[in-house]
Amino acid sequence: MVPLSYYLVLSAVLFACGVAGFLIKRNIITIFMSIELMLNAVNLSFVAFAAQWKLLDGQVFVFFVMVVAAAESAVGLAIIIAVFRTRQTLNVDRVNLLKL
Amino acid sequence: MVHYLLFFIFAALAVAGAINLLAQKHPIASALSLIVVMGSLAGEYMLLGAEFVAVIQVIVYAGAIMVLFVFVIMLLNAGVEERSGRGSRVAVIFGFPAMLALGILLAWALIERNPANAPVGVGAMYGPARSIAQQLFRPYLLPFEITSVLILIAIMGAVVLARRED
Amino acid sequence: MHTTMQLWLIPILPLAGCAINGLFGRRYSNVMVTLVALLGSGAAFAWALVVAMRFAALSASAIPYNESYGTWLRAGDFSVPFGLMVDQLTLVMLLVVTGVGFLIHIYSVGYMAHEGGYYRFFSYLNLFMFFMLTLVLANNYLLMFVGWEGVGLASYLLIGFFFVRDSAASAGKKAFIVNRIGDFGFLIALFLLIRQFNTLTFAAIFSHVSDLPVEQHAGLLTAVGMLLMVGACGKSAQLPLYVWLPDAMEGPTPVSALIHAATMVTAGVYMVTRSNPIFYRAPDALLMVAVIGTLTALFAATIGITQNDIKRVLAYSTVSQLGYMFMGAGVAAFSAGIFHLMTHAFFKALLFLGAGSVIHALGGEQDMRNMGGLRRYIPYTFWTMTAATFAIAGFFPFAGFFSKDEILWQALSSEHGSTWFWAIGALTAFITSFYMFRLWFMTFFGEYRGAAQAGSEHGGHGHHVPSGDSHTVAHASSGTAHGSTHEAQGHHTPHESPWVMLGPLVVLAILSVIGGWIGWPQAIGGSNHFEHFLAPVVSFHAEQAAVSEVEHGKELLFAAISLVLAFAGLFFAWLFYYKRRDLPEKASAWFGMVYRLVRDKYRIDELYAALFVQPLINGSSKLLWRGIDVGTIDGAINASARGAQEVSDGMRHMQSGNIRSYAGWIALGAVAIVIYMLVVGAR
Repeated sequence: MVPLSYYLVLSAVLFACGVAGFLIKRNIITIFMSIELMLNAVNLSFVAFAAQWKLLDGQVFVFFVMVVAAAESAVGLAIIIAVFRTRQTLNVDRVNLLKL
Repeated sequence: MVHYLLFFIFAALAVAGAINLLAQKHPIASALSLIVVMGSLAGEYMLLGAEFVAVIQVIVYAGAIMVLFVFVIMLLNAGVEERSGRGSRVAVIFGFPAMLALGILLAWALIERNPANAPVGVGAMYGPARSIAQQLFRPYLLPFEITSVLILIAIMGAVVLARRED
Repeated sequence: MHTTMQLWLIPILPLAGCAINGLFGRRYSNVMVTLVALLGSGAAFAWALVVAMRFAALSASAIPYNESYGTWLRAGDFSVPFGLMVDQLTLVMLLVVTGVGFLIHIYSVGYMAHEGGYYRFFSYLNLFMFFMLTLVLANNYLLMFVGWEGVGLASYLLIGFFFVRDSAASAGKKAFIVNRIGDFGFLIALFLLIRQFNTLTFAAIFSHVSDLPVEQHAGLLTAVGMLLMVGACGKSAQLPLYVWLPDAMEGPTPVSALIHAATMVTAGVYMVTRSNPIFYRAPDALLMVAVIGTLTALFAATIGITQNDIKRVLAYSTVSQLGYMFMGAGVAAFSAGIFHLMTHAFFKALLFLGAGSVIHALGGEQDMRNMGGLRRYIPYTFWTMTAATFAIAGFFPFAGFFSKDEILWQALSSEHGSTWFWAIGALTAFITSFYMFRLWFMTFFGEYRGAAQAGSEHGGHGHHVPSGDSHTVAHASSGTAHGSTHEAQGHHTPHESPWVMLGPLVVLAILSVIGGWIGWPQAIGGSNHFEHFLAPVVSFHAEQAAVSEVEHGKELLFAAISLVLAFAGLFFAWLFYYKRRDLPEKASAWFGMVYRLVRDKYRIDELYAALFVQPLINGSSKLLWRGIDVGTIDGAINASARGAQEVSDGMRHMQSGNIRSYAGWIALGAVAIVIYMLVVGAR
């Protein structure tokens, strides 16, 4: 009988790691993966709350989150490919044509 | 007891994977770590009784999305992450503390705001495919249909964006 | 009454002349401009005569005669009409202003014949006539104030007529500004009157005032009276606001004659006399009037002794004589004050016009030290100025004797008077006689010291005989502002003025001789028509009972004393400036520092400059301009612009083009939102 809060803390920790990766990493694909990590963390907290309130809606929501994550990663990776073709780099700091 | 044990095993795996994702320099290693995270999260879902979600997690997330990631990494021949001098001060100054703060905040929020910090048993919310489907096709029909449109758009977008220009 | 007087014609005719000359005069020939101007003022004079005749036909109950042309202001139950009135006082002023004004217009035709801006001069002169007549004819304080301000404006325009000269422009400004200070007092008085009586019409106010008792100590009427006197001090150049009048001599001489001798500066006396019901009930205010008048008379007379510019002497003389008029008003001898106003208009205008004639004859010279012996060259001017000089000195039977004597007698005998007033007045009479005859002797007698000779210049006091080069006149005291562009050409022989200038001189000389005879006092056997004429306007008490023989005897005695003083002045002037020409220098050396102080006009101008002008300028430039305008207002705007720039400069760093910084900002925003939601919202 694990208290709900354990699940929530785990979710928070994973989310924080996702944010950290989002900010630290230089490789665009790794940044993307951090975003996926954040989404997963959120999924976990949805399911945990569904279990607590005994409502199925949480799990349905997770379903939708996953759909959106899939669509988003497909499009995002396509963008990365397109950027790679022009800039020949995956280093996000190099994609700085708008820099002053 | 077993519940606790399983929980902590999966939790440890997930956190280790997450930290490894941060620590690794090669993106492929990060991708594989992410797959570990997803797998352990699937285990967590099972513990909570959401079997449909767990299976979906493995099939869609770990099986499709991460595979896509790996394909792209290999396609682009992403190498070891370079050390570029030009970091962002904003990210360092705001990012780390933000991350820390966020984590603490979320943890506190999620814990404190929940009046019923009741323990959740194994399989507390049993969510078989049938129940999920009943939810999807009754109350959540509209979002369901829209997601199909969304996926269509995503496919088109991906195809257009990644097309070779010639 | 079946014949209305159409009073409005009197001011409007000069206004029409002003408008025509002002708008179109530039294209007209001088003859045309002259015609228009003389028509404007002459017609006003003619109509004033018509009004006088019709007035004589009015019954006593129809006086004061009012005409109203509609309401000007209305605010609730307070209203001010466009109203003109005629009563005895108005009639006197009207005839003086239009008569002397017309004569001066004629004179100006000759004097200004070679000046540039001829049409402008006559336009301004007619404008002045319009405002002065409005002032005199008005039947309420506000319309009078319009005229009051207007004559100040006309004075400014005319003093600064040769505006390309810095001193003239500054003098015009000084006149206007000092006038304004007085006008401020006048305005406050008007406000008090409105507040108390809710009207500004003379008739209404005076009838209300009649119901009030005599104020023994400070009250509303005293305040009103004192403030009106402040206004009069500004307009009529009394202490402490007299400083503009000597500088006003920068204007052309006809202007000095008309405005600063005969008419505008007398507006203050007229106003005080018109307000006599108020003053009768405020003895403290009346005392203030008398004290200011007396002191000013003495003060200005002492300065007049030491001046060398002929116009300056006359300017200080005007201030002094105005002091006499106020002294008369201040001892409730209002009719005596107006009488002196009238005679003074005659002989002072004559003196100024004569001085103008002298200056014209010498081709621009104004320093008396460079004159002398002119009676051979310009006899007509000499004889007319002689008449004026004897008149102002108070010799029997010239006009000045009667009016000045009346004032001095009333100063002694009136219940508001005192021996002090008489004593100072008598002393001033002596000094007046002295400096006028000094002017007479220095200008017309002795040897001609003018431009024909060259010589060494001498500095310091200037009673000396010898010559200075008429060009190099650099006196601190007399300020040789030549009132015309006549250069001192080396006119070796002074020449007489043309008849267009001499004619008015002759007329005024006749008036200076006989003008006083309508005020022939009872003590000497006359019946003092003037005082009886004005009595309905200025008398408060019942008709004075027949004065006893003893009173008459006293009056004769004091009249005799005045005559003796006048002769004494003549004697000393003869001694100092004809017989023994070395005496002035010895006397001035003996007085030493006192002499220098008086010669420098008691340094009042410097005092005012240090006390008021310089702090004002400093305050304005350093505090208001640099501090507030440039520093605060401009500074605030510039600072806000700079602030906007700096803020945007800072914000710019958010848009660095660096993706990771964007990521950082997003994270920061997310944290902020979460905090907000936790702390504030979304429960």
